[in-house]
Parts: sequence; structure tokens; C-alpha cells
Amino acid sequence: MTMTTLTTPTTLPGLDAPKPVPLTETKTLTMGKAINEGLRQAMLDDPKVVLLGEDIGALGGVFRVTSDLLAQFGARRVIDTPLAESAIIGTAVGLAYRGYRPVCEIQFDGFIFPGFDQIVSQVAKFHYRTQGAVRMPITIRVPFGGGIGAAEHHSESPEAYFTHTSGLRVIAVSNAQDAYSLIRQAIASDDPVLYFEPKRRYHVKGEVVPELGAPMEQAVIVTPGTDITLLTYGALVSTAKDAALAAFDEGISIEVIDLRSLSPVDYAVVEASVRKTGRVVVTHEAAQSGGLGGEIIATITERCFSYLEAAPVRVTGFDVPYPPAKLESHYLPDLDRILDGVDRVMGRR
Amino acid sequence: MIDFSPQLVQLLSIDGERMPRPDFDPWVDDLDGLALLALYRDMVVVRRIDTEATALQRQGELGLWPPLLGQEAAQVGSARALRSDDFIFPSYRENAVAYCRGVNLTDIVKVWRGNAQSGWDPYTVQMATPNIIIGAQTLHATGWALGAQRDETDAVAITYFGDGATSQGDVNEAMVFAASFQAPVVFFCQNNQWAISEPVGVQAHRNIADRAPGFGIPSLRIDGNDVIAVMAATRIALDRARTGGGPTFIEAVTYRMGPHTTADDPTRYRDPAELAEWKTRDPLLRLHRLLTKLGEITPEVEAATQAIADAAAAELRAGCIGMPDPEPLSVFDHVYSTPNATLERQRAEYAGYLTSFGTQFDIAEQNGTV
Repeated sequence: MTMTTLTTPTTLPGLDAPKPVPLTETKTLTMGKAINEGLRQAMLDDPKVVLLGEDIGALGGVFRVTSDLLAQFGARRVIDTPLAESAIIGTAVGLAYRGYRPVCEIQFDGFIFPGFDQIVSQVAKFHYRTQGAVRMPITIRVPFGGGIGAAEHHSESPEAYFTHTSGLRVIAVSNAQDAYSLIRQAIASDDPVLYFEPKRRYHVKGEVVPELGAPMEQAVIVTPGTDITLLTYGALVSTAKDAALAAFDEGISIEVIDLRSLSPVDYAVVEASVRKTGRVVVTHEAAQSGGLGGEIIATITERCFSYLEAAPVRVTGFDVPYPPAKLESHYLPDLDRILDGVDRVMGRR
Repeated sequence: MIDFSPQLVQLLSIDGERMPRPDFDPWVDDLDGLALLALYRDMVVVRRIDTEATALQRQGELGLWPPLLGQEAAQVGSARALRSDDFIFPSYRENAVAYCRGVNLTDIVKVWRGNAQSGWDPYTVQMATPNIIIGAQTLHATGWALGAQRDETDAVAITYFGDGATSQGDVNEAMVFAASFQAPVVFFCQNNQWAISEPVGVQAHRNIADRAPGFGIPSLRIDGNDVIAVMAATRIALDRARTGGGPTFIEAVTYRMGPHTTADDPTRYRDPAELAEWKTRDPLLRLHRLLTKLGEITPEVEAATQAIADAAAAELRAGCIGMPDPEPLSVFDHVYSTPNATLERQRAEYAGYLTSFGTQFDIAEQNGTV
């Protein structure tokens, strides 16, 4: 039989390939570019870091997050894969078995489900299954969330499926600095990490210091306050900060916490805030039932019941499939819906 | 040149006659009487282990056991073709492969007794532990092979799966990836004719081996009850992978003489005449006939082989029954490689709960095992 090889997938970069130049000084970058810099640094730090995904090579990914990495590191380390998410994850498992640190890009949130079995049944369970003998230092990058007027399957928030799965760490970043620092931490982690990137924030700029920063499992108080604890992550961190500003004008002091780590949740920071404020609002784009907000509120209620002055409030997506673009403004929590939640937890309506 | 045409490759007839075939013979010309006797001994021992494990399940010592009865040649012939640095990604029935790999007999049954999800450290024998999700391991093998390719070693990944698995997306995706990247991986399909109660015709309208060339992967269809053909085909596939030839697909045509697992009852769906027919193709029987003709089988050899098999069975039984139960709090161990605050809280709470019944648990010691 004749074999046709269309590509030479293991070639090293040529001698004239551009050298990867790491970020060495503080710079203002978009969140997408910050992830790109974090990936570059991780690849420079450890030759076992390889990238796998659809269109991540010459194109640089549909969001350009992997721009220039193919040219700089070659096709041995930046692997344009066939269009098969289960195989992207499943071959990453085999690479991890051999000591590699694969970073998989899932093109869109709604495309992760063909890879769901490999994530839940294999990636998440290997360390436990083998009593620690086999580690899965795999990072799975997922652009997530809505607000970009996209077609079906391009705006979802599937994080709760993964926070419900033991053995995975789940991260959601909200800004350029965390995007840079936490992608490096995620890749360096010996545990598998789902790394969610809020796609409508890719182009928002922020200052990035080329440092690892606080450990990724730590939540961060982004706006201090005394009356309400407002918990969120991803794209809604920005909206929550706006809500805190608006409420301040009405004399309400909101403490906004960017959870950053969705599994495990940093309950030390959350509990300390709730004991101070006595009122809790959780907001996320994902649907309400079975969502992370319910879990967090249940835990707060168990641990801080006597500190609570009002029933906690959820401001979330509705229990509907992600709607068509012309309806998404009626689905996504926005400034007004968060402020409505604030009014409810304050007993104003 | 190897003929990759779809005709069934057979080098040892049912009557124990060595059948010449010019393209395959050079790959097994080192198999003299002693080497064949060693393969026979392996097959006798793994059949004895398999029988003992089935008995242990019937006696309540194992929760479940997936018998390999009838598939000894497919497993021993392929396993004995491997190099120690090749890596095996099996399903859950490759207990003869594990035996050939030197896995401790007690470790083989640990999973089936319910003491652990994994019986051994894969890196000590270069063999992954059983994967129960059908076909999932074929992707792991392909990924491992991509790593080997990048490391510029000539080690090869081999993955075992059944006829049922060939319907899974993962197996087909693995073939796409392996072909695209010319990964050094061998797809070893044991077509044992049955996926629990579904005959192979439900999975494939044509021979399973016919599928691989469509992916750009050469395939061999071999008599899986012929240990010589199995070894030759596996060596050919390994050599192709080692020398940059990429993946090969082997369909070893065999038969699951027993149930799917000890929980299954094949009398509900299988014609006894079919089993009777396949018994005439028994892999041990035909090798025994060849060895008899070669003068390798003597009463002393028979007795010595049986003694080794019985000793293995006794070791398995003793190891199984003597296996200590895991410590209760070890249920929390190894979920993550680093401590996890949420999980540590659950561990502490459950330890406190257990202690309320008057049992002491050393939390610090348990924590040390994460």
C-alpha cells in the first residue's frame, strides 16, 4: 500500500526561526497576549511543555493566543491536531505518562464535550487510580462565557461539570496579570488544571508584571467592602467591580472577591469576608441549578450560619440552554441584575 | 516484503503442523523447540492462573474476574515479542500480558478484589494498569508514542483492545492521530468474537482489519490462536514502528471461550456448537501437538510445567486471601498530588466521625501519604 504523509509534524524549527523572547519587564498587554507570554515563558522554563490543539499553529489559535509559538518552538512542541477533542485530551494523557506537560487548547467551551470522557474518566482519576504513581500535569485551556454575539456552542460556561469532578483543579482568570501568572502556575502544577479564559475579555488590556504572583488556589479581594460579599470569577469580575462602585454611591459597601480558583474554592478568604459582612451575593454566567453558586452558598451556610443576616442571593444565567445572540443580554447577569441582587440581599425589595 | 493483504495469516495449523510462509518465517526463525516450549509453559501457567482466579471469584474472594480462556496465544505471543522499554496500554483482560511482563500475581488480582483501582506501579514494568473505559487506552498509547517520537527513542507503544472497542470513537480517533503523526504505536485488537453478548457482526460489517487501511494504517489479520503467527506479526509491527514506519494494526482472530466476566452467562446468547467448534482450535492444544512432534514434550516436561502452573496458582491464592484491606482513611489519598484544603477538611471530619465509635486514627500519618 502507498502511504501519503502530508506533513512533517516532528520537525524542529529551522535555523532562521525567530528566537522566543520572554517578557522581562512590566508591560501593558491584552489578556490574550498575556496568556501568550505565559505560555512562552512556560515553554522556555521546561522543554517538556508541549501544546496541542486545533488551529494553534500557523493561525495562532482562533483567538491568536498561541501566536508565533509554532515559529519559535517548532512543530514538535506546538502540535496542530486533527479535529478530535477526545484525542487531544487522550494523547495528552499518553504524553503525560511519558513525562511531558501537555497544554491542550479546546477551541470553544461548547466543544469540550467530545473530550469530556477522557477528562473525567482518565485525566481526573489517574493519580488516584494509580495511588500517586502516575501524575497528570495537563493544562486544558478553555475560552468560556458569552457576550460576543456568537453562534450556538460558542458562549457556554461548563465549569461546574469540572468542579464536580474530583481530581481536577479549576481556574478562571479575569484579567491580564492573572492570565499570565496563573497559566504558568497551571502548567507547573503536577495536577490537571482546567483553565478557563473569559473570551469577551481577551482584548482588554492590563499591566502585567512577569511574576508568578500569589498561589493560584488563593481568592483575591479586588474591591474591599463591609456590607456585602460579592463572589464571582471570569468576565463578571469586571461587572462586579462596577456594581460595587454604583452601590457605593448609594451608601452600600460591597466587597468583591475574585475566586480565581473554582476548585478548590478558597473558603478561608470567603469565610473571613462573610463573617465581616453577613450578606452574600454570588454571580456567574453559568445556569443556576447545580451551579457553583449553589455549592458556595451551601458551604457558607454550613460554616457561617450564625453570621448571616439575610438569605444569600444568586445572580446567574437561567436554567436554559445558552440562547441565541439576540437574546443573550436577557440571559447574562449584567450590572443592573447584580444591583438587583444587592437590593434583595439588603432587604430593599 | 510483508504481504498486508487481508487473508488470514496462519503459521501453525490446528493439527500442529508448521505452515511455511516466506514473508513471515524470517521473523520467527529463532523459535526453536526450547523457545516454543517456553511459550507453551507461559500459556499453561496463565490458563492455570485464570482458572484459579475464576475459582477465587466463585468462592467470594474476588469481586469480579474477566477470564482470558482461549486468548492465551494472542496475549503471550504478543507480550513475548516486546522489548522491556516498550510500553503496554491494555484493556482489562490482558492478565497474561501482565504475567509475561513480570507483574506480581497478587498485584494482578488486587483490582478485582476491590483493594485498589490499580494493582501495580506502571513504571516498574512499563505496562499501564487495566483501563475499564472501552478503547480509551488506545489514545494514551498514541500519546505515549508521540512522546517517544519526540524523545527520539525507538521504544514502541502497544495497545490492546477488543472487537467491541473498534466501534468506539476513541479507537478511531487514535488511528487518525497515529496515522497523521506516524506515531510508533501498535494497535493489537483481540477479536474474540463477542462483546459481552454482542457478536462481532454487530460491530463490524466486514473484517475489522479491513478498517485500518482506510486510516492509512497497514493491517494484518492473523490467527490469534496461533502463537507463532502472533509473535511474527507483533515483531513485524514493532519493527515498522521502531524504524519510522509508523503504526500497524493487528487483528488477532481468537475466541473468548469463557464468559465476558464472572458476572456473565454466555449460555443465554451463545450456541454451544460454536464453543465446541472453537475448542478444536484451542491455542494450547495445537502448540502441544507441534511440541510433541518436535520431541520436546516428555512426561518429565509435562510434570514440570504443571508443577510451575500449580505453584503459580497457589501463590495467587495465598496472596489474594492474605491481602490486607486498605486503611479506611486512605479513601482520601492521592486525589491530588498536593494537599487540598476542601478534601483535608472532609478527611478530618470523617476521621472524627470514625473516632466517635472509639477507633483512633492518626491523621498526621494519613496526611503524610498524599
